[in-house]
Amino acid sequence: MSNNEMTIRIGGEAGMGLESSGAGFSKALTRGGLYVFGLPDYYSRIRGGHNFFSIRVSPEPLVSHAEPVHLVLALDVETIRRHVDDLVPGGAVVYDEGEEVPEELQRSEIGFFPVPLTKLAEEKGGRAIMRNTVAFGVATGLMGFDPTYLDSVIRDNFAPKGQKVIDANLRVAEAGVEAAQAFQDDFPFHVEAVPDAPSRMILNGNEAFALGALAGGCRFVATYPMTPGSPVLHWFAARADEYGAVIKHTESEIGAINMAIGAGFQGARAMCPTSGGGFSLMVEALGLAGITEVPVVIYNAQRPGPATGLPTRTEQADMLFMMHASQGEFPRFLLAPGTIEDAFRVGWQAFNLADRYQTPTLVMSDHYLAASYRTVEADALDFDAVEIDRGALLTEDDLDDLEEPYQRYKVTESGVSPRATPGHPNAIWVSTANEHDEFGAVSEDAQNRIAQADKRMRKKEGMRQEVESAGWSPALYGPEEAEVTFVCWGSTYGPLREAVERLNAEEAGRANMLHFTALHPFPTEAKPALKRAKRTIVVEGNVTGQLETLIRARTGLSVDGSIRKYDGRAFSPEYIVADPAVADLFEEV
Amino acid sequence: MVSLRDFNTDTLPTWCKGCGNFAILSAIKMALAQRDIAPHEILLVTGVGCGSKLPHYMRSTGFHTLHGRTLAVATGARLANHDLPVMAVHGDGDSFNEGMNHFVQTVRRNVNLVDVVQDNRIYGLTKGQYSPTSEKGKRTPTSPRGSIERPVNPPALAMTLGATFVSRGYSGELQHLAWLIGEALEHPGYALVDVMQPCVTWNRSYAYSFYKDRVYKLQDQEGYDAADREAAWEKAQEWGERIPIGIIYRDASVPSYEAQVPALEAGPLVKQPLGTLAPEQVEALRAEIM
Repeated sequence: MSNNEMTIRIGGEAGMGLESSGAGFSKALTRGGLYVFGLPDYYSRIRGGHNFFSIRVSPEPLVSHAEPVHLVLALDVETIRRHVDDLVPGGAVVYDEGEEVPEELQRSEIGFFPVPLTKLAEEKGGRAIMRNTVAFGVATGLMGFDPTYLDSVIRDNFAPKGQKVIDANLRVAEAGVEAAQAFQDDFPFHVEAVPDAPSRMILNGNEAFALGALAGGCRFVATYPMTPGSPVLHWFAARADEYGAVIKHTESEIGAINMAIGAGFQGARAMCPTSGGGFSLMVEALGLAGITEVPVVIYNAQRPGPATGLPTRTEQADMLFMMHASQGEFPRFLLAPGTIEDAFRVGWQAFNLADRYQTPTLVMSDHYLAASYRTVEADALDFDAVEIDRGALLTEDDLDDLEEPYQRYKVTESGVSPRATPGHPNAIWVSTANEHDEFGAVSEDAQNRIAQADKRMRKKEGMRQEVESAGWSPALYGPEEAEVTFVCWGSTYGPLREAVERLNAEEAGRANMLHFTALHPFPTEAKPALKRAKRTIVVEGNVTGQLETLIRARTGLSVDGSIRKYDGRAFSPEYIVADPAVADLFEEV
Repeated sequence: MVSLRDFNTDTLPTWCKGCGNFAILSAIKMALAQRDIAPHEILLVTGVGCGSKLPHYMRSTGFHTLHGRTLAVATGARLANHDLPVMAVHGDGDSFNEGMNHFVQTVRRNVNLVDVVQDNRIYGLTKGQYSPTSEKGKRTPTSPRGSIERPVNPPALAMTLGATFVSRGYSGELQHLAWLIGEALEHPGYALVDVMQPCVTWNRSYAYSFYKDRVYKLQDQEGYDAADREAAWEKAQEWGERIPIGIIYRDASVPSYEAQVPALEAGPLVKQPLGTLAPEQVEALRAEIM
């Protein structure tokens, strides 16, 4: 943590371009050598309502958003109403001088800076929608950030729209920077550019996963749009022609998964990005992939349910569902990356795992990881580490050499049978959703059933070893020994990691954390790691304590405390540290 | 040359004596042999039902999937490898109840595949419930007072969706059915072969005796032109004293879905080389987020 960090929040109605301009400003800050954590917050509507985008910025690396806000860019009065009390003393509100700030919203310790946002947008740019750019120009001026970085992003982002649009936006931004001069002395927070910093990248979890998937050879993406998973389809669609990928916006998630299975059966690396509701529709076909041993990857960017739930918000409540979803039993991977770096890595590894074990690999993110932007180092996405391993996939040469009748479901020690794809005269077989014998013929024989069920389940041994060798056993962060060990999974990694850092900054050795990326197969190292902990507190975003339940089921261990959140908003470091389970603990100490 | 014998297996069908599926199985083998398509040069995709067991009763590569999902799986298979012909084979319940959405979408997309519907107008494997093509008033275990629903007319429905090949066959006319399936295999888009098929166990309404005197062949009709949409629309709805079989409508000028996917211009997806990204590709992707 750094004392010259700050959080800028832009708010207004849906349709005001908050997320795109927020992402653009985040990129400008990143280009200026700063680290950003950008958190969008929006409602399920196209116009109106109240949306906001928070940009935490610091010269030091960030892994989470934080609650205190230093500058609010209010494109409407509603933004002031909702966020004025999130501001720290000395913080400020930039608002359109055409608006009146109601008396009940005025605060003596907060600056109120009227700027002609709409007027400048119209005069300099020709369009009122450019208010957001004026506002970010004002922010640039107030924080003392070098505006040339903002200009560079404007040039790149508007390049497809032509020089006129670029120039209009540059003028608008410049007008904002100039307007800030009048208030600079009244705004105490400054985060300046670090001009000699190395180049870095900024992206969100969906983009990181999609990049990983593409790098890992995913060339077939089928899904039905559903927030917050659909950006993965958009991402692939925009690049499909260039990278030779087939993308299919299907009639339903049922259509999507069955198409992916059809493509996977033929040998393509196929995936379905979705959210929990879409995954619910895919469940029957998941069983089809399980029994026919077709590799397929499903990515669930979770949102709060049940049913439609809170469509644009975050939760971690699909874990046990995804782990158990299906008629009957078969092995599967269930992975929940915690960070941008992890999402990229899981993105390509998921396809190797699915191929090696010829079984579905399920990946979970959630709205928080999927949609939040974070600055990472240029080498954080390790493209050099990517490898494509098709597992026991028979090549054309292997098939040419095949002498015996092909057994697609040959009983093997590892549980994995050499896999052919259709089209070779030496490998003619039928895969079936029914239980089948080694050749693929439908069989209701009791001994055969046991042999095939055991064969499929034997894959779990190799799968467990994969979990270990991938370093998902679970990962320890912080000192070896600590008063309290927090336990989490998925996207809670970031906020919890910062909470751990804050606790240890107050007094060394207070806290460490265990993070689960692999939830299934459950890492064997988890039990000894949990046993080593003095006191365990599970932090997770659901009502019922799903990781806690899983830990009890897999290890027989009970944990000492829990912090759960299910209001649709992500954990913040402040929220965790202030929880009575933590606060009381260290009062005792 | 491919011969009928190439498709033989030792597995005996579980179908009832006299079931129309035997003729459909023979017709498929005949059509493939006539077109010189070997067992490994076709992918049969089926759903769930008596007829969907068909791939197990002939030598060929097959994917016996879930009830109703036949066409979705078949579409994925086509998009991944458009060098391999795909034939979907499934019943009327699979096609028009559980799988109706996929039927509608597959037809309007014009995915290049043969869709053989084993249309016996009843549920067989689940024991005699009414199907989407059963007549209104059909008494079955799930409609003891007679079904309230009016039946789907598959050829007419396909026409409204813009199908480019609409045909009807009859399991009692084996040579004709084999010819029809062969024509469907040649068609460069979605090809419906709706096969009227008696269910000797569960459906007395549509026995061989019902079809025997009603069925007539469109190709024997002087001047019938399958390219004439208006005429086809009329024939698609003819049902009663006379029932036409044959190619009702055909338009080979509409490109298939697969033919319009840019990523497939370089060849079938699974035959394109799959490797890690080239350094310049990685640089381009990085540049987007810097």
